[in-house]
Amino acid sequence: MEIHYLTAHQLKDRLEKRQISCTEIVKSIYLRIEEVEDRLNSYIRLEKESALSRAGQIDKLISAGSDIEDFMGIPVAIKDNICTKNITTTCASRILENYIPIYNATVIDRLESRNYILAGKANMDEFAMGSSNENSYFGTVKNPWDTDRVPGGSSGGPAACVAAGEAACSLGSDTGGSIRQPASLCGVVGFKPTYGMVSRYGLVAFASSLDQIGPITRDVEDCAAMLNIICGHDRKDSTSINVEVPDYKSFLKADIKDMRIGVPKELMVEGIDREVKEAVYRIIKLAEDIGGIVEEISLPSLEYALSVYYIIAPSEASSNLSRFDGVRYGYRNVEAESLREMYRRSRVEGFGDEVKRRIIIGTYCLSAGYYDEYYEKAQRVRTLIIGDFKKAFEKFDVLISPTSPTTAFKIGEKIEDPLTMYLSDICTIPVNLAGLPAISIPAGLSGSKLPIGLQIIGNVLREDNVLKVAYSLEKVIGFTGRPGL
Amino acid sequence: MKRISKDDVKHVAELAELKFGEKDIEKITSQLDRILDHVANINSVNTEGIQPTSHILDIKNVFREDMVEESVTQEFALKNAPDEANDGFKVPKID
Amino acid sequence: MKNEYEPVIGLETHVELYTNTKMFCGCRLSFGEEKNIYTCPVCLGHPGSLPVINKKAIEYAAKIALALNCKIRKYTIFHRKNYFYPDMPKNYQISQYDLPLGVGGYLDIDIGSYIRRVGITRVHMEEDTGKLLHKGITGRISESEASIVDFNRAGTPLIEVVTEPDIRSPEEAKEYMIVLRNLILFLDVSDCSMEEGSLRCDANVSVRKTGEDKIGTKTEIKNLNSFKFLQKGLEYEVKRQIKVLEAGGGIIQQTRHYDSKTGTTKVLRSKEEAHDYRYFPEPDLVPIYIEDKMIEDIRKTIPELPSAKAKRFEKQYGLPKYDSSFLANNKSLADYFEQCCRHYNNAKNIAKWIMGDFSALLNKEKMTIKDSRVTPENLCKMLEIIDKGKINYKIAKSVFEEMFSTGKNPQKIIEDRGLEQISDEGLLEAVIEEVIKDNPGPVKQFKEGKDKAIGFLIGRVMAKTKGKANPGMVNEIIIKKLS
Ligand SMILES: [Mg+2]
Ligand SMILES: [Zn+2]
Repeated sequence: MEIHYLTAHQLKDRLEKRQISCTEIVKSIYLRIEEVEDRLNSYIRLEKESALSRAGQIDKLISAGSDIEDFMGIPVAIKDNICTKNITTTCASRILENYIPIYNATVIDRLESRNYILAGKANMDEFAMGSSNENSYFGTVKNPWDTDRVPGGSSGGPAACVAAGEAACSLGSDTGGSIRQPASLCGVVGFKPTYGMVSRYGLVAFASSLDQIGPITRDVEDCAAMLNIICGHDRKDSTSINVEVPDYKSFLKADIKDMRIGVPKELMVEGIDREVKEAVYRIIKLAEDIGGIVEEISLPSLEYALSVYYIIAPSEASSNLSRFDGVRYGYRNVEAESLREMYRRSRVEGFGDEVKRRIIIGTYCLSAGYYDEYYEKAQRVRTLIIGDFKKAFEKFDVLISPTSPTTAFKIGEKIEDPLTMYLSDICTIPVNLAGLPAISIPAGLSGSKLPIGLQIIGNVLREDNVLKVAYSLEKVIGFTGRPGL
Repeated sequence: MKRISKDDVKHVAELAELKFGEKDIEKITSQLDRILDHVANINSVNTEGIQPTSHILDIKNVFREDMVEESVTQEFALKNAPDEANDGFKVPKID
Repeated sequence: MKNEYEPVIGLETHVELYTNTKMFCGCRLSFGEEKNIYTCPVCLGHPGSLPVINKKAIEYAAKIALALNCKIRKYTIFHRKNYFYPDMPKNYQISQYDLPLGVGGYLDIDIGSYIRRVGITRVHMEEDTGKLLHKGITGRISESEASIVDFNRAGTPLIEVVTEPDIRSPEEAKEYMIVLRNLILFLDVSDCSMEEGSLRCDANVSVRKTGEDKIGTKTEIKNLNSFKFLQKGLEYEVKRQIKVLEAGGGIIQQTRHYDSKTGTTKVLRSKEEAHDYRYFPEPDLVPIYIEDKMIEDIRKTIPELPSAKAKRFEKQYGLPKYDSSFLANNKSLADYFEQCCRHYNNAKNIAKWIMGDFSALLNKEKMTIKDSRVTPENLCKMLEIIDKGKINYKIAKSVFEEMFSTGKNPQKIIEDRGLEQISDEGLLEAVIEEVIKDNPGPVKQFKEGKDKAIGFLIGRVMAKTKGKANPGMVNEIIIKKLS
């Protein structure tokens, strides 16, 4: 197989056997980038020079006999809403076009301590708001499987670049499905950890109570290895959970005998493509074949998850995005003669339409007279959703569902209709509301050769169950498809 | 549920320090109206006695000790400033 | 006519705590240094940064709340208060809202003829903003073409103390602030400097016909940042409101700004009225559960407070009420006084010196007793020397002045300058003989019964001994010799 399609653990294996050097890995990734990036637009910024020089240093370390750890010398793409010190971090927004962070996100510090290589900053929907990656100031990302189609969003860049061999893996962020949905649409693996397992320090906030960083990889093994690095307590994030981090790789066992798998019927109803449903049923059959016990279950309050999400997320976002005012950093309209004019023109010119739309919704939901009816009511219904999941996990080890109700849709198809676009996240959103860990793994291809994703949801802090089931199913599904780029 | 009006959108835009032209206001109002109409279905849920979730985690009392950590240099603090003067961030006339 | 109205006043006081670091980040607090040198991603509101609560700030806030007789909430959280202003790095302030740390307390204010109990509605925590410097000659917002923002202060821990509308006069308001400031100084959690802005006060004011129960429409007055401005600003506003009502007008609910130059209050721009802070629970922080043990631990760190201390001084040392409160209201004076009491047993004498000559010198030099070079031990030594009759008051005063400027031991000063009182009978007799011989006139007058003449004779003896003669003995010997 081409080097650029090897997984991180396969590359590590070759590095250990001295069959390849880091420099060769980086070069082959960049060759691939040069070959396909014009058609995909998955990166906002490439770091070729520093990546090559870093690769040279790491090669020296390796020849000096250094142990080769996971992701050492492996090119990783980082979603452009994760702060990298001295390297622009734009959130795909004009308002941060020239913003140079003065600090590293905690996940970046952790990766650096493992000698990873930053391949580049990946494209995304502006401020992670979107499900198609059409809301980027730096242009739409194309789906490697069909460049007329969207890669999903908001981590469209991180998913597309991993699917196309432009990086061994990537880090994305997931607020309502932003890792899992694009992973599903691009035929790769995407994991959203339990809320609080990965530090949010340095992740530019969209909706603070929902945001979580996670890996996008080409297989479940890389995913577990990446979790080993990025999970763990961080005193700079008050919402970071202080528990011992297990060795996630130890859960990579192809054995789900007697594991109880629930299928929420609310996630298998209207709006889900026939082909997607069929793929899920096919996998249910496979799961039963290898000893899993599969049953349907009802979580009635999931019906309201989308509504709850589209109140809470914009509300938090409206406050989080207030800091972009042209005073301390970011875009400023320099013609404005007064402060308020400067604020308004900078923000109107700096933010894209979807971001402005959500700021308006969120501000409305928090404003005097509407707070109780919208924001607080949504937080109450959220409590019910959490309760439904709790009940479900008394009975089941994991829940499974489609990741996305459809395969990748056409660019431009939904962009004029926000509500229809929002429905793309119907299966992933409930997971964020309850803070649960969930993965999307490739479940096969549709008739028109587009990837379908399967979502596996675990109880809080039960990444082990998610990984076990994902690893087992990955083996029996045997997905090996590659986009025909 | 009350429908959102153009005036509501204008008022909220002011709170959020955004400003739109008449045509945009109209478009946003109708999009918002549709979204809010959809999310209004939560009003049919009985939430009597149900506490709102503001923190999904069962975590409490996360504190730092009162120990000084290094600040960034003045140069770094001002590095991204769109405009600066006298070691500070310069802003236009406050109105 | 005016007596028909009474003011109804509530105060909101912001106090900057003097922790080592800011409320939500590890930057040190600044005191007027170079601009923007104590900042970091958190207090500059950089994207992706997150707040972490300073434990000490919570303890300090709880200490204030407890000292104000508040109940401490077991469960408390922070909210975001959203509004745009360039001195706010995130354009929201992390503040407490409907679940403040302390509720339902009071503070007693001794007005002299009566005691006013001022209810404390709440004590809550928040973060301070940065500072704006307005470019232009006048330094005012309205007349400057641009402003400069300095974020050194941004994120300084702040507590807000809100009273019930229990205050009934501008003077009471001033007294409240004085008592509150003293109290917080006792707690050692803030320097409470009104000049430096670490203690800031806003007031809610309305007036009503005396005897009425209903509270009228109020105005909020900002910028009352000295005891004088507080009283003057409120006096002006109360008069203004009465005038409006007398003229048949109505009070408009508005925010007004006190202008110390003209002594008047002016309406702040009407935009202020449009504020809608959109409070919601801060999702970047987790709740605080304060356990009983923590409250008890904090309570233990609260020292004896001024009112209790004054009562104890009266009882334990037999001081008059005025002296007791004078000393008890100032922590360093009180501590100094009690240290002296350990070395010397005439407390009234100590109080007399501290409140008299010592305070006069401190005021003159603009010093506090803590900075003075006179140790309690030395002050007491001096008092003992006076008691033993070795020096008189006049000399003591001069000895004390030298102690004050050099920090020297009084005994040493007396020896070096040969100031010890002459109490040697033989020596005094010799001088007196001489004075009698040299002043036949006054001697004669004395013998004729003019008692005043003895004063003249004593004066001569004192002059001859350079003031060192023991005046009591001189008096005795002269009378003995001449009768
Ligand atoms: Mg306040
Ligand atoms: Zn700081």
